[in-house]
Amino acid sequence: MSTATAIENKSPASAGRFEPRIAAFVCNWCTYTGADLAGTSRVQMMPNVRMVRLPCTGRIDTAFIIKAFERGADGVIVSGCHPGDCHYSEGNYHARRRFAMFKELMNFMGIDERRVTFSWVSASEGRKWGDVVDETIERVRALGPFDDYKTLLEETP
Amino acid sequence: MKIGYFPGCSLHSTGREFNESLRLFAPAIGLELEEIKDWNCCGATSAHATNHLLSIALPARSLALAEEQGMSEVLAPCAACYSRLRTASVELRENPSLQKEVSEVLERPIAATAEVRSISEVLSRMTADIRGAVVQPLAGLKLACYYGCLLVRPPKIASFEDSEMPTSLEGIVSACGAEAVHWDRKLDCCGGGMSLSRTGSVIRLGRSIVSDAQKAGAHAIVVACPMCHSNLDFRQRAMLKGQEGEVVPVLYITQIVGLALGLEPEKLGLRRHFVKTAPFIQRITTVPATAQEA
Amino acid sequence: MSRIGVFVCHCGENIARTVDTAAVAQECGKLPGVIHSVDYKYMCSDPGQLMVKQAIAEHKLTGVVVAACSPHMHEKTFRRATAGAGLNPFLCEMANVREHCSWIHESRTAATEKAIDATRMIVEKVKRNAPLSPIHIPVTRRALVIGGGIAGIQAALDIADGGREVVLVEKEPSIGGHMSQLSETFPTLDCSQCILTPRMVEAFQHPRIKLYTYSEVESVDGYIGNFKVTIRKKARSVDEANCNGCGACQAVCPNKKIPSEFDAGLGKRSAIYVPFPQAVPNIPVIDRERCSYFRAKAKGSTKVVCGKCAEACGKGAVHFDQQDTLVTEDVGAIVVATGYRLYDIGKDQDSELLKGYGEYGYGTVPDVIDGMQFERLASASGPTAGKILRPSDGKEPTSVVFLQCIGSRDPSKGIEYCSKICCMYVAKHTMLYKHKVHHGQATVFYMDIRAAGKGYDEFTRRAIEEDGARYVRGRVSRLYRDGEVIKILGFDTLSGEPIEMDADMVVLATAMRPQAGMAELAQKLSVSYDKHGFINEAHPKLRPVETNTAGVFVAGACQSPRDIPDSVAMASATASKILGLLSNEQLEREPTVARVDESTCSACFHCERVCAYGAVEHKDIRDRSGNLVRVVASVNKGVCQGCGTCLATCPSKSLELDGFTDAQIHAAIMAF
Repeated sequence: MSTATAIENKSPASAGRFEPRIAAFVCNWCTYTGADLAGTSRVQMMPNVRMVRLPCTGRIDTAFIIKAFERGADGVIVSGCHPGDCHYSEGNYHARRRFAMFKELMNFMGIDERRVTFSWVSASEGRKWGDVVDETIERVRALGPFDDYKTLLEETP
Repeated sequence: MKIGYFPGCSLHSTGREFNESLRLFAPAIGLELEEIKDWNCCGATSAHATNHLLSIALPARSLALAEEQGMSEVLAPCAACYSRLRTASVELRENPSLQKEVSEVLERPIAATAEVRSISEVLSRMTADIRGAVVQPLAGLKLACYYGCLLVRPPKIASFEDSEMPTSLEGIVSACGAEAVHWDRKLDCCGGGMSLSRTGSVIRLGRSIVSDAQKAGAHAIVVACPMCHSNLDFRQRAMLKGQEGEVVPVLYITQIVGLALGLEPEKLGLRRHFVKTAPFIQRITTVPATAQEA
Repeated sequence: MSRIGVFVCHCGENIARTVDTAAVAQECGKLPGVIHSVDYKYMCSDPGQLMVKQAIAEHKLTGVVVAACSPHMHEKTFRRATAGAGLNPFLCEMANVREHCSWIHESRTAATEKAIDATRMIVEKVKRNAPLSPIHIPVTRRALVIGGGIAGIQAALDIADGGREVVLVEKEPSIGGHMSQLSETFPTLDCSQCILTPRMVEAFQHPRIKLYTYSEVESVDGYIGNFKVTIRKKARSVDEANCNGCGACQAVCPNKKIPSEFDAGLGKRSAIYVPFPQAVPNIPVIDRERCSYFRAKAKGSTKVVCGKCAEACGKGAVHFDQQDTLVTEDVGAIVVATGYRLYDIGKDQDSELLKGYGEYGYGTVPDVIDGMQFERLASASGPTAGKILRPSDGKEPTSVVFLQCIGSRDPSKGIEYCSKICCMYVAKHTMLYKHKVHHGQATVFYMDIRAAGKGYDEFTRRAIEEDGARYVRGRVSRLYRDGEVIKILGFDTLSGEPIEMDADMVVLATAMRPQAGMAELAQKLSVSYDKHGFINEAHPKLRPVETNTAGVFVAGACQSPRDIPDSVAMASATASKILGLLSNEQLEREPTVARVDESTCSACFHCERVCAYGAVEHKDIRDRSGNLVRVVASVNKGVCQGCGTCLATCPSKSLELDGFTDAQIHAAIMAF
């Protein structure tokens, strides 16, 4: 399985330290572009994030987040345009409500809600994107690996 | 109505009659004044020109005492005290770190919950009571209501009424049966605390105020600030030197209400003014016949 | 079985320095379904693109993954190359290994690892990509212009001259707007009406311009290329087809003391009136709130009061019983050119943001007028026939004080912005005044003189140096009537001296505000607007005349304070944009749109409620004999913008978003 190999192949520099795997679901117009800006501005950040680009945070089905945890993510970032700045007028408002509810569901499912970061990063906030990434990685690192589903997966034939 | 009372230093010295007249008629309209125990100087003029923390901490102490003594509102008749107390209260509410700092300096908690009120605000809230208590309507009297600066400004601090076109004093004098004249200098500066250091300026500023009141046909100028009073009253002779027209007595709004409530001019402190008030008093005592008919 | 080709770019050293591109190509080559995987120095170069094309042909690829820079940079390039090789362009996607990887990490091992993961995720997604074709939507090749001021007239003329039909809607009885009220224009002192009137007539007579005056936009439906606009033609009470504009009705109207809007309240008009002699069209309208006939009727009186205008009309054109009518027009593009109004210094304001000027008596001091009123005094067609006379007593003022920045640049009054035109028109006013009253003295109180523009600074210098206007830098704190004169109390901030002076007349350069009702209009058009009601442009630098709604454009002072040349330039820019748009018979759009699986849709219409564009419609499903079987949701592909909010909301998962289907996204996550 790809996840397992990826974890084993971690660079020697980080050997011994837990390197969390973070999935990021971001909107195309603000955060993805903001992350592009981080690149063009050479904002250095930790390499633990794998990104999925979507048109809008409104598109982000909470099932994606659960699926990411199921596939070995230790943490998830969800980020889009600032409230009021949505490219599609109001997609991020719907997303915001959805995620407020989803946090409750996470608690119910026994996933520590600190494993998920919801943030707003605009196309001009390359530096902020770097901070969001690094802060999330450090926070999840402190929480340790999310093993619950991995064990389940191994047990499931 | 019961209200906390902060007389300040002026009301114990040059503005004694402001304090005395207010205390004299207050019971008649159901206004109960509860003086803040152990109040201190508000810091006006000097403190806010020298040290910001001091300028907030001085009035804050009195406000903290008011809170401790269970007062939700504090009346500060002196316009300068009102301004300082209110500035402190607004700043403390807006700035939690300042609140913490001041509280440490004072060594007592301060939440700035007590609302600071001006005399014009309190009396205009009670115009119905005043109207009901009037025994000597001031009909036929023309009064020029003078606000000066600190009673209504800056707008963020003195937010009670329109800072560019206030009307509260006019409302109170009409409740007393007098006529408030329309004039244009009611918001001009009288020279304030420059009375001793820049006397020339004060005289020049005061002259335009008094002349405008004369032109509007006012029998008296009504003020709500001991500083305005002392400038316009004490220096009026110098202001009008070489000018035509009669002197215009300067009265506190509380003296006007007191007169309408039938209190003796002497007890209201009218005899203590520099500009003679006798002709003015004369005018009132000749009024009743017509007023009672009306 | 998929046949995916992976192309890893070095981007010179940009990617290859940190990412082991060969390793990425090698690892990805091992992925199931990947049958071709290579790396190359510059994938976006011609040889690079050729590699992609050749590989598609040679290996019969069913999908292309380019691991290179951001898709925002080169997705179009590689999709074009893919299409060039005969493969559907939407089967090509990019993995971002530059901006999101090589540029932000130092560790080569970690960056290479991340690049492999990112490419793998995209490979899994592309395996599930479907061939898509761009959506074609038909275009109604005509335009609507809202507002018949100089901006609207210019936009309408340019579009019509470009060969497209234009519907021009003006809410007043005549087109011309504020420019028709002006006396002369800065910086040339051209007569405003002389340059405007020919354009008004041209617009009126243009075979491709359909003019609706005394009309307002009631509602707007549809989307770019396909707007359906309902226009309310307000009852004029005069038959436009029959009236010949002779003016007999106005002559007999007994009610002649109504303040004229055109003369900014300084002149009078009758109840049946043409706003000004050069009005276009020259057809009167009855002001029903002031006409005795209608007032009596409104009070319920059955007696016919007045009616003199109808009697005087030889053509029988006065129709008291006329009603508002609604007409519908189909257009492909819309220009908003509703212009401005002036801020009023009164106590009562229509916005809670704003405050009046108590220190200037809230507008009650006689002979304190605003800039537009001065224009009317200075205008040859004005109430004084161009003589500068005080409104109160008709005397010629020998001292006029002009106050700049009234409302503008004063956050305490609620307007932070600069109204931009006041510095210039005040300079103009001082010159007009001096030219008409030679012994008069003009004094200007200003904050700054903002005279940026061709010939503008020279113009203000002329006002000061040749026409002797006295400029005082400072504000006026108070003004009031003192007998015959107006007393001004101010401050000269350059000399540090207080100023007290008398003036015979005071002219306030009040702030420019957007027209009333802008929020309502903007909502009808779904365009965004700021807190003051100015329409927001799509981009402040690069898209200055577009709005955030495709197909809706903005020109003139409804976007921000503008002078005439600016407004005209914007109007011509919108016309050029619109002519470009309307040159297409069809519009092509990215096929990233939602679609409904009708077999599982339960018609709960949650999707309809969350759609910001109103793209979800109700669709009837009928059997062969036409009986309604059930109703399902259906997405209008022309309206859908592809945000996908409906998908995440759908409880039965009956919606899909082409290009971002659940299967695609889940596959990418599975490859995580």
